[in-house]
Amino acid sequence: MTDITRPPLPQDHPAPVVEMTDISITFPGVKALDSVSFRMFPGEVHSLMGENGAGKSTLIKALTGVYQIDSGDIRLGGEQVTFHTTAQAQDAGISTVYQEVNLLPNLSVAENIMLGREPRRFGAIDTRRMRARAREVLDGLGLDVDPGSLLGSHSLAVQQLIAIARAINIDARVLILDEPTSSLDADEVAELFRIIRALKDDGVAILFVSHFLDQVYEIADRLTVFRNGRLVGEYLTHEILRIDLVQKMIGKEIATLDALEQRVHDAETDADDATVFLRARGLGRRGAVEPVDITVHEGEVVGFAGLLGSGRTEVARLLGGVDRSDSGRLSIAGTEQRLRTPRRAIAQRVMYSSENRRAEGIVDELTVRDNIILALQADRGWFRPIPRKRQDELAASYIEALNIRPGNPDAIVRNLSGGNQQKVLLARWLAVAPRLLILDEPTRGIDVGAKAEIQKLVFSLAENGMAVVYISAELEEVLRLSHRIVVMRDRRQVADLVNDDVSVDSLLALIAEGSDAPTDTTPTEGETR
Amino acid sequence: MNAVLARMVSSRLFWPIVMLLVLFLINVIAFPGFFSITVRDGNLYGSLIDILRNGTPTLIIAVGMTLVIATRGIDLSVGAICAIAGAVACSILLGAPNPGDPAIVAVAIVTALIIGLVCGLWNGLLVAAFGIQPIIATLILMTAGRGVAMLITEGQILTVDSPPFKSLGSGFWAGVPVAIYIGAFVFVLAAVLTRRTALGLLIESVGINPEASRQAGIRSRGLLFAVYTFCALCAAVAGLILTANTMAADANNAGLFIELDAILAVVIGGTSLAGGRYSLAGTLVGALVIQTLVTTVYTVGIPPIATMVFKAAVVTVVCLLQSPTTNEALAGFRRRLALRTGKGAVAA
Repeated sequence: MTDITRPPLPQDHPAPVVEMTDISITFPGVKALDSVSFRMFPGEVHSLMGENGAGKSTLIKALTGVYQIDSGDIRLGGEQVTFHTTAQAQDAGISTVYQEVNLLPNLSVAENIMLGREPRRFGAIDTRRMRARAREVLDGLGLDVDPGSLLGSHSLAVQQLIAIARAINIDARVLILDEPTSSLDADEVAELFRIIRALKDDGVAILFVSHFLDQVYEIADRLTVFRNGRLVGEYLTHEILRIDLVQKMIGKEIATLDALEQRVHDAETDADDATVFLRARGLGRRGAVEPVDITVHEGEVVGFAGLLGSGRTEVARLLGGVDRSDSGRLSIAGTEQRLRTPRRAIAQRVMYSSENRRAEGIVDELTVRDNIILALQADRGWFRPIPRKRQDELAASYIEALNIRPGNPDAIVRNLSGGNQQKVLLARWLAVAPRLLILDEPTRGIDVGAKAEIQKLVFSLAENGMAVVYISAELEEVLRLSHRIVVMRDRRQVADLVNDDVSVDSLLALIAEGSDAPTDTTPTEGETR
Repeated sequence: MNAVLARMVSSRLFWPIVMLLVLFLINVIAFPGFFSITVRDGNLYGSLIDILRNGTPTLIIAVGMTLVIATRGIDLSVGAICAIAGAVACSILLGAPNPGDPAIVAVAIVTALIIGLVCGLWNGLLVAAFGIQPIIATLILMTAGRGVAMLITEGQILTVDSPPFKSLGSGFWAGVPVAIYIGAFVFVLAAVLTRRTALGLLIESVGINPEASRQAGIRSRGLLFAVYTFCALCAAVAGLILTANTMAADANNAGLFIELDAILAVVIGGTSLAGGRYSLAGTLVGALVIQTLVTTVYTVGIPPIATMVFKAAVVTVVCLLQSPTTNEALAGFRRRLALRTGKGAVAA
């Protein structure tokens, strides 16, 4: 296991601050890590690359004391260490910001930043000093946030930055950022990168995990690639071509994405001939989104483009009955409907798949099979259970069709990787045979391979007559898949385009237009609606 | 062989069953005739029969409680509902010219069950429709319920004389105490109702993740109503058995602290108070552990004043054995064991 592909180190290169050798971790039924090695250098940004289930999260959890390693050796600054708890890892200078924000929304920003290290006075927490210190940290990051405000009152993006502020405040030697940019917009990413570079200059070793290749190539100095729990190799970012990197990550040729794009444009669905499935007129909800007009035809993919908080998710939730609209009308297959609950929407075969997979999607303590049949079972009613044999058939067919791993219907969903959880969620909706499937960020936090699989799936579903609303923060993805694109900005619908010669740049212009103007208060425009 | 053992140890039922067996062992040592069952007048008698019969009210309530807890809820009002059901039945029997008439007894039982149902609907209304936290919502009926029972009995302890009613508590049918049949019926009913239909899956889903369940189209409100109503019905049944045991409706003491025993039985049985996956079989074992404990106190000769402390000590041990920390340590031990034997196999 010692013949690993690694670029040679120059003579004067500093010694690694983290050195993990031959690490193995086994979960019931899964070999999550198989004798992998990994190292990090001070003052360097190192990116861990791999598909879902490659073992990235497991390695991070091994390094931070969440998981115990079965075998192998972890060295920090040359000394062998064993972490039994995350606190030990933190004390040793390893601090982590996880993919899903792991803070306490019911506490203040300052309390979250200083949690566990609160300044004390006569044994009690010194709130004033705590806020002052939190303010310093926030100022250091250029974040204008009131330390006394509740964390939960801020957007997910700001919470993410606060999580980083907390990590930085620990005086870390090693900073681990697991998918830190998945909910940030371009400006916030730039801000984050500025901070990362400053920390790097201070000699901090930074582990940056992201599925955005652009970002990896912009910020990372060194890459380590994992595949299926094994180490593929370590590379210097400027020495490896993107196409080579992607091939190493997924282990197969990928021409599929480009071919797919070609097919979308060949398909040329004639919107007028296809029958209208859903038509919303003036559909809105006070405080969430201004009234919008949306039409979705059968077999059509309608992309929603816009920044985080632009109203794209809010519209999707109205269409799926998850939130109630308070204005406008909605008709499905020609008849007027009021979708007051998700249950009613599902009865109309309209399904919303939440962007918030963990909180609103999967039921994590249930098995893969139970999760897949859940919506179908709810639709049938409790008194008509799906026979066990049929359950097994459903589970087996979706596990195979969507390539869910591990392919064990009795596996607890919590133990699956994010991408596989997403596939289980998709399977749940597909099992009910939707006529309109609303996918909110189905590819967030998912690797290239799974992304391609999901995109291919969406395309073939639409080809078979299903209507799809597709929301993604990645404009290329929206452009590649959609027949039409609805553009949202500041909780308002700004455009509804047929996707024939729309480019990323023109879409960006629509999304960003007027973003220089103050966005928080525009009363005059609001009144004209 | 080793694999079978490992599977058994990792089962949620393992420690409760071990506990039960240990208690049996203690009893046999202190009282060698513990396992003997004798037949007198065609009826079965013996310590085990007593445990089953006396444990029935706790078991019945614990079955309902299991489903409530699976939805992330709790029902503290079951003891008070016991008292109300007993009070209703006794006052009807007392008001009738002939309390021994089976028809009157049937009316009394059905009325008590309907009142129990109404109590459950009240709890369901507060929890499901108004979204009040279950512990608060059921606390209302827990405190008010005994007052209601007191109003029904007009502050008296109502003693009745009605042989058909008495048979609920101490009667026999085909040699087996009637109460055991009732307990078995409720248990099987709950098991069939939740595991032969999709009810169990939907209950667990709501208990694990209410919002995801809502978005999957599950009507959690109806489910909560059903679960709290069923639990209250169970409490009313248990209340009738308890009242028939003493043939007296005591608003203050009928089913006192039985909610705690029921919750304990559920927890000992391995169902988490955080909601989600539940085990009715576990609850059955839990209820038996609790009742065997009570019996043990008598057979071993522990002074009655120390009963509560003894009970608490045993419960503490069971909870410690089931705690995630202990299980993790055990899992680590098992994994190392498996690794070692696995390596051994390769070497061989």
